[in-house]
Amino acid sequence: MAVLEILTYPDERLKQEATPVGAIDDEVRTFIADLEETMDAGPGGVGIAAPQVGRFQRIVIVDCSKTRKPVPNHGRLFLINPEITQWDGMVVGREGCMSVPDYTGNVIRAEAVTLKALDLDGNEQEYHCEGFEARAIQHEMDHLDGMLFLDRLVSRRNDLFKRKVYQKK
Amino acid sequence: MSHWYMLTLVGKDRPGIVAHVSAALFDGGCNLGEASMMRLGGNFTIMLMVEYEGNKKGLDDMLEPVADSMGLHRHIDRIDAELHHHLEPDVRITVYGADRAGIVARITGALAEAGLHILDMESSVAGTEQKPIYIMQIEGHAAEGIEALQSALDIVTSDGIEAQLESIETLIG
Repeated sequence: MAVLEILTYPDERLKQEATPVGAIDDEVRTFIADLEETMDAGPGGVGIAAPQVGRFQRIVIVDCSKTRKPVPNHGRLFLINPEITQWDGMVVGREGCMSVPDYTGNVIRAEAVTLKALDLDGNEQEYHCEGFEARAIQHEMDHLDGMLFLDRLVSRRNDLFKRKVYQKK
Repeated sequence: MSHWYMLTLVGKDRPGIVAHVSAALFDGGCNLGEASMMRLGGNFTIMLMVEYEGNKKGLDDMLEPVADSMGLHRHIDRIDAELHHHLEPDVRITVYGADRAGIVARITGALAEAGLHILDMESSVAGTEQKPIYIMQIEGHAAEGIEALQSALDIVTSDGIEAQLESIETLIG
């Protein structure tokens, strides 16, 4: 087990696209344990993506179970090769990133997402997430495509999407 | 040894002011820090952190031609630059109502007593000349909790002033 070094922008590797995980073997699981330890060592992070520690594979951990104000959540999610299959609604929220110290900004995200991902045993799981957890998943999955929240900033001053426009299907 | 200065420029707004001023500062060997430019009632206003090797007089002399050519008043203060230590807001307050004197003093006075540290504030006078409305957006840190701010707002917003308060949950990922 080890706490890994977190890459910080302007490290160009953060702009690199990650490749899918092939076999989920012991080496991958050991890495995920280190990634988890790194997330837990960070200040208040609700998620981490493998590219943030310089490993360019499609692996994300999200945990919204310990937020200051409780939010709906699935506990600790280990998402391997995640794919969002449905986006619903739009909402603005404030985001920061362990890879972008000392800055936060407003970002528009889907209010709810449905996704598929492999778990640690390689079984495909489906999740429906909303609100803060949905935001965390979208933020972390952006890292897999070389995207930072800086690429999605909207005005700090005008909250165009302040009211939820989430529509139930 | 370089120093940080806060440069304030105010004048009638027109396109190109930021470009001209920043070019003059760059040509004069300055580095820029954080800045906030706003158009207030048709006036150009900017506050701009400038890092410069020389003294205040040198910076003032450098700026004189561009400021005069663009009709800008200038003011320079030597400052401490506490970069890389942003305070994060955890509450956002929006206030609006028919414009009249005293709204800001009453609302912000009550909020300050309830522990609010304002980090960002913007206000506009909108509506028409006959029926002006005042709109204010504040972001800040609630040192004594958000409930204390809500209680304070409930007391001071009884007569025609609308105020909404919401917490800002910043996601760190």
